[in-house]
Amino acid sequence: MNKILKYVFYDIIRNKIVLAYTLFLLLLSIGLFNLGGNPDKAILSLLNLVLLTVPLISIVFATTHFYNSYEFMELLVAQPINRKKIFLSEYLGVAGSLSGAFVLGVGMPVLLFGASLTGLYLLLTGIFITFIFVAMAFLASVITRDKAKGIGIALLLWFYFALIYDGIVLFILYTFSDYPLENATLALTALNPVDLGRIIVLLNLDVSALMGYTGALYKSILGSLWSVVLAFGLLLLWVLVPFVSSRRIFSRRDL
Amino acid sequence: MITIENLRKSYGKLQVLKDVSVSFGEGRVVSVIGPNGSGKTTMGKCILGMVLPDAGDIKIGGQSILRQHAYRSQIGYMPQIGRYPENMKIRQVIQMIRDIRKDAPVVDEELIGLYGLKEMYEKRMGALSGGTKQKVSAALAFMFNPQILILDEPTAGLDPISAEILKCKILKEKKKGKLILITSHIMSEVEEVADEVICLVDGQLKFHETIASIKAHTNEERLSKAIAKIMNEED
Repeated sequence: MNKILKYVFYDIIRNKIVLAYTLFLLLLSIGLFNLGGNPDKAILSLLNLVLLTVPLISIVFATTHFYNSYEFMELLVAQPINRKKIFLSEYLGVAGSLSGAFVLGVGMPVLLFGASLTGLYLLLTGIFITFIFVAMAFLASVITRDKAKGIGIALLLWFYFALIYDGIVLFILYTFSDYPLENATLALTALNPVDLGRIIVLLNLDVSALMGYTGALYKSILGSLWSVVLAFGLLLLWVLVPFVSSRRIFSRRDL
Repeated sequence: MITIENLRKSYGKLQVLKDVSVSFGEGRVVSVIGPNGSGKTTMGKCILGMVLPDAGDIKIGGQSILRQHAYRSQIGYMPQIGRYPENMKIRQVIQMIRDIRKDAPVVDEELIGLYGLKEMYEKRMGALSGGTKQKVSAALAFMFNPQILILDEPTAGLDPISAEILKCKILKEKKKGKLILITSHIMSEVEEVADEVICLVDGQLKFHETIASIKAHTNEERLSKAIAKIMNEED
């Protein structure tokens, strides 16, 4: 498997997109840290940008990479290799190199300018979000053979999780504001990895006040270390569910 | 060596293979013929595990190969249209497959030499002509001295000299006791290399006979006429 992973990495690194992505993140983070003065503020702005761009770039890059590697995978399935291994190598190759870019691009500036527990959470969240959206991209790619359709599904997923979902949550909160919604909101958050990541980082910044009463609520429920562990556990579940289901589809389809 | 039992496969509503049962022994060159879309390629891909059958079983040496993968070290496959990562060079593709198949005891580089692939090692796969890609496919299929070769229209894009080289190689490997499955539309070629012919029509096995017996019972000298006679008879 390591051999296949080696060739996947090789292919991705020659492709300049990951390098450009690293530079983009690096410029963004250094810029934000130098703008604000207060590292907490910079991390907050960085968080919002990261939660918008990382899912988008991960999902689009992973989907196009998957379709472009079709020939490579076709070549390998005629060899004595388990299909699941091929799939896992592709996944680790893409998710690994994108997370590497993220760690370099965001991790280094955070370490230099604002090393803190919050910074660490931001990094972990970014890595998880990368793995989650690459898994979703692979799911979109194995569902359909048509590249355009696959990218379409991937973009829709991004739209849903990054933009539409928040609208739906706000709508529900507003409509049912007469009822006690504490647990319902909590459950709603767990259903969106982007929100989950946002809350993990926000709760460790002293800005819960900015989030109004829900913020206070989350702080009381999610503020402890134990609940951070729970939140990361949920993120891990968000990685595993799309990954395992796409691997299952991939190993049972015709090539 | 290969036994196929009641193999069925459909792509959506289209039934490609309908209850195909057939078996092939070692040391034989078997030619799979049939009209376009009769399921020849699908059958080959089922043996390779690239296409997963809906029902039925495929056994190699008595062992079912469904959902297995290690058995593929015994198979060399040459696809009809070889598709390769476009930005890899010939050398990189060959090296990669070798790297993956490091445990293979013998590496047969005869075709690489005969086709002069070494001189083109630095060319990108995406820049190659269809025929050159076919040569790479052929070299890869024979490279690890497999016991079974599945060649899907091997000479379709090759120039006459390269096709001749391939035919010689096929006959040479046959003498080593290998089973070679060839799908082809060129009857003269089938006649040259094959011992047996199996014919698929609409996903069903029409006949499976040796070339000699086909010629004998149709009273024809040439295989193409004999096959045409059988096809017309049954209509």
